[in-house]
Amino acid sequence: MNNFLDNIPKIPLAPWVESAMDWLTSNFSAFFNSIQQFGKLLMNQVTDLLISIPAILLIVLVVILAFFITGKKFGLAAFSLIGLLFIYNQGLWTNLMETTTLVIFSSIISIIIGIPLGILMSKSTIAESIIKPILDFMQTMPGFVYLIPAVAFFGIGIVPGVFASVIFALPPTVRMTNLGIRQVPKELVEAADSYGSTARQKLFKVEIPLAKSTIMAGINQTVMLSLSMVVIASMIGAPGLGREVLTALQRTQVGNGFVAGLGLVIFAIIIDRLTQSFNKKKTL
Amino acid sequence: MEKIKIEHVSKVFGKHIPQALELVKQQKSKTDILKETGATVGVYDASFTVNEGEIFVIMGLSGSGKSTLIRLLNRLIEPTSGNIYIDGENISTMGKESLRTVRRNKMSMVFQNFGLFPHRTLLQNTEYGLEVRGVPKEERQAKAEQALENAGLLAYKDQYPNQLSGGMQQRVGLARALANDPEILLMDEAFSALDPLIRKEMQDELLDLQQTLKKTILFITHDLNEALRIGDRIAIMKDGSIIQIGTGEEILTNPANDYVKTFVEDVDRSKVLTAENVMVRPVSVNVDLDGPKVALKRMRQEAVSLLMAVDKNRHLKGYITADDALAAAKQQEQTVHSIVQSEVLTVPPDMLIQDILGMIYNSPTPIAVVKDERLLGVLIRGVVIQALSTSDEEAEVHE
Repeated sequence: MNNFLDNIPKIPLAPWVESAMDWLTSNFSAFFNSIQQFGKLLMNQVTDLLISIPAILLIVLVVILAFFITGKKFGLAAFSLIGLLFIYNQGLWTNLMETTTLVIFSSIISIIIGIPLGILMSKSTIAESIIKPILDFMQTMPGFVYLIPAVAFFGIGIVPGVFASVIFALPPTVRMTNLGIRQVPKELVEAADSYGSTARQKLFKVEIPLAKSTIMAGINQTVMLSLSMVVIASMIGAPGLGREVLTALQRTQVGNGFVAGLGLVIFAIIIDRLTQSFNKKKTL
Repeated sequence: MEKIKIEHVSKVFGKHIPQALELVKQQKSKTDILKETGATVGVYDASFTVNEGEIFVIMGLSGSGKSTLIRLLNRLIEPTSGNIYIDGENISTMGKESLRTVRRNKMSMVFQNFGLFPHRTLLQNTEYGLEVRGVPKEERQAKAEQALENAGLLAYKDQYPNQLSGGMQQRVGLARALANDPEILLMDEAFSALDPLIRKEMQDELLDLQQTLKKTILFITHDLNEALRIGDRIAIMKDGSIIQIGTGEEILTNPANDYVKTFVEDVDRSKVLTAENVMVRPVSVNVDLDGPKVALKRMRQEAVSLLMAVDKNRHLKGYITADDALAAAKQQEQTVHSIVQSEVLTVPPDMLIQDILGMIYNSPTPIAVVKDERLLGVLIRGVVIQALSTSDEEAEVHE
């Protein structure tokens, strides 16, 4: 029996994937290169812009935003103030700004791709049955695996970091957009139809507004996931707080690792609460 | 003028639709079709017409296919077979674009759970139909405000639906439908989610509205009392088929089968039947022509002791009794003018029996049913009671 199984030759899936990658990189290298160049330029500029803003001004702005967006409560505002001052104090401000750029770009790209994809999924059962397994695949594949094609396409640096983050962080937005639109009560869809709405009118006047809080929950998840990719992406040279964690890991510097990790936690809590409050405010 | 015409419309859900349709054509029963093909028949060979300005009620219990049927009319659900005509235009074969035009201009729908958009204010909800039609903002807001004003809700125009009671929400639902100024209103169990008092109020409002608007209304309900109250004609549905179509009176007095009969038994007839439905032909004497002798002769012929007195235009003058006529005849009087007693209770023909019952028990003489002073008939105690009793056997016992 054992013998029989051994007689089946190994399916060369790995070489196939590899040759597909080779084909892509060699045939589209110009395309990937230009994205790499342009993306790097753009993101570096955003990072430079963020760094050029005086830290204290940015901290005050975030605190004010936190205060008003949470309905004039002091909790998040106070946390943001102390947390950000702590990060600055630890000399991690520049890293924080780099991480911010990474998160902003990967989230925005995920949203730009994810929402239309989710809408397509909600409108077409065929699209749903195709996209759903792909999303499952994307989410269950370990995040590290995405680093390999990212490096192959874009080399090292922030651009492949964003690429890997987008793949990893995209699914929640797609799923929740699909779910949100499918959950719009049937009677309201019928009401929209019965008054002669076009598909576009129905989508923008009824379905998206009603699915908004679900979509926002998906976006919140996407932002958090892209943040969680920051450390992993640092392995392929993405800058930011993640790189500090990685360096500490490589040099077994427990203290530095803890501080950089804490910085990430603070940042994560602030953006999580901010995006959540934004959602609550919108659904009122 | 017929506004809506439905011809042999069927709706089959599920798989094997062609086979199921074939069986529908062979007039197999719904359960047979389900057994043979696994398809569910929602609406089974429905045909009817609705006239312009009519309130046509489709009545049936849940699962009878009435909600499916109303959705076939604006094709929220696509019919599987059959034709639906509105103003002679075949809706069922129409392209998307023309269907949208019909939905925008010809008919508006009112929903059981109101179907109001929770993220829009009442004004924004009311103007929705006009908005998708592309009416300029100022014009559509003015129209929507007018519609809300008519519904008595203008003060709430900037509120959101969840801030309102159910009754108020459905008023908005109706205002939204009317703001569009459609020719046809489709009302899907529009009042079923409301509590009984509000429901009655809304029914009255709808009837009042209809007096002035004269829309063609297709109204779905599971409540026979509601159907009888507002419907000009009623179609009763069971298991996707229409069992009987007729006026409330026709359905009450002449149920098509046992199913309808059991339905009808629970109805409080005094709230449905009017004086006109139960009055009998009056035995009368013409005060301008007839003398006491003629009157006495007629009483003998008809075996009554009392005659209604009318003039030559059949305007009610009063009544004369046998005793008075006899006395007058003995005194050789030529006319009955002197013996006409003018204190007669009169009611209009559309008065409900429940409002007449009190009168009829206390009145020694029959009650006259009068329209424009003309005598149409009389209400006699025994006949009224017979009409109220639900089954024929019971009535015989009373006699």
